[in-house]
Amino acid sequence: MEPAVPLSRRAMIGTLAASAAAAVLHPLSALVPTSPITKPIPSSGERLPIVGLGSWITFNVGDDPELRDECAAVMRAFFRNGGRMIDSSPMYGSAQAVIGHGLTQLDRPSALFSADKVWISSGSRGPHQIEESRAHWGIRRFDLLQVHNLLAWEDHLPALLRMKAAGRVRYVGITTSEGRRHEEIERIMATQPIDFVQVTYNVLDRQIETRILPLAQERGIAVIANRPFRQGELIREVERHQLPAWASEIGARNWAQFLLKFIVSHPAVTCAVPATSQVAHVVENMGAATGPLPDAVMRRRIAAHVAGL
Amino acid sequence: MSEWWTYTFSDFLLFSPRTYYRTIERYNGVVWPGHIATVGLGVAILALLGRPAAWRGRTVFTILATLWAWVAWAFLARRYAAINWAAVYFAWLFALQALLLILIGAIRGAVSFRPRRDTAGVLGIGLLVLSVGLYPMLAPILGRGWRQAEVFGMVPDPTAIATLGLLLLAEGSRRWILLVVPLIWCAVSGATLWAMGSPETWLLLLAAALVVGTRTSKVTTITAVSLPHG
Repeated sequence: MEPAVPLSRRAMIGTLAASAAAAVLHPLSALVPTSPITKPIPSSGERLPIVGLGSWITFNVGDDPELRDECAAVMRAFFRNGGRMIDSSPMYGSAQAVIGHGLTQLDRPSALFSADKVWISSGSRGPHQIEESRAHWGIRRFDLLQVHNLLAWEDHLPALLRMKAAGRVRYVGITTSEGRRHEEIERIMATQPIDFVQVTYNVLDRQIETRILPLAQERGIAVIANRPFRQGELIREVERHQLPAWASEIGARNWAQFLLKFIVSHPAVTCAVPATSQVAHVVENMGAATGPLPDAVMRRRIAAHVAGL
Repeated sequence: MSEWWTYTFSDFLLFSPRTYYRTIERYNGVVWPGHIATVGLGVAILALLGRPAAWRGRTVFTILATLWAWVAWAFLARRYAAINWAAVYFAWLFALQALLLILIGAIRGAVSFRPRRDTAGVLGIGLLVLSVGLYPMLAPILGRGWRQAEVFGMVPDPTAIATLGLLLLAEGSRRWILLVVPLIWCAVSGATLWAMGSPETWLLLLAAALVVGTRTSKVTTITAVSLPHG
């Protein structure tokens, strides 16, 4: 029998400390999610998680304290899972104020990337609306301001670009949804110095793949994909079917991750902004920002599979 | 709004059904037991219609105008506006209806009621009974519970349906003016409920269709039994 190797005092202390740390940290490490995959904003290089949080319908809960706290819980889970971008609009009823309530409850997370919009037909009233929105959020300035659905963009966009030059907003963008006004979107992308474009993109709504996404890559414009689940309709439809076994090849454990991974794996897409009012769903959504992403071949397979359902 | 034809009802839905019905539930909690008073006023209207007299008609319109004004302020402007920015405009529309009811019905007496046993009379009384007596039961029947009940004189839908029913019983050329706002509301709320998948949408749309159909066609083939005007 070989003699036991004597442990030095330092080694003994080190081993004990490491064991204690492992015992303490192990259960925690199981709770701390993996950092989400990020992509750069082309105009700055700043990296953003590929899954954000939308607020259309889900966060418009008025002054209902119970529902407001539920939204705050969704935001807490979002940030805990490494989320950053929250997107809203003055059009979304009380959603901005509800976000502000959540941020206050969460002690204003430094990770927040605030994305809002200007949505008013009068150009001269745009600054006032933006100031109202900022007050609802309770933040010093927005990271991103977008012209919602191109409403009066000829007036708002120059104003937003002036705000950016003055350091009162970090990025400027435009939005549309459900395939509307794409020609105009393209024209603005080609001629205006915008940082972001927000458009509808999901496994069934893929019109932007032909012109807008290539143009975004060419012009160095970040792309936010809205309506990733067609306002929940797409999820409800596919959930009637079994998730294909090969979904595990891209690390998708559920339909939400399967659909989101398709969106964010497009090289031109910076992030998707699914909206939800449930903590379990936001955790699922953030899970799409971890693990492998589908390559071009797998993307075609996903699209064909969903189209065939 | 460009490319308007690409929009659907659901594009205009700003909130979830849960948020909508919880808004009604929280409102009910605040205004309770006022529901007893508004339902009582609904019953009073039914009673007043049984015995036609000019002052009774004016009283009915005064009650109705008060309830439209109450719904405009208490529900639309103070509650619904929290989740629907368009509710402020609807509140003004309801206030306008209250004003018209007072001016045309109560002050000028340009529209009067008479009991009638023709199609319009039966439908009118039917819509009144439905909105005052049955509408609050829809919430528990549909599984939402009593707290989310929609009560005549407290929320817009049963108030609008009751008004349509009353106007089916009315006579006078100006009654058309009083039909406009309730019909607009039936279309607006019907579309909202449709987008939310709520079955009540059919009641609103049916009430509006019945009123328009009855008023635009001469379906009063059943002999109307005219009672003396007081």
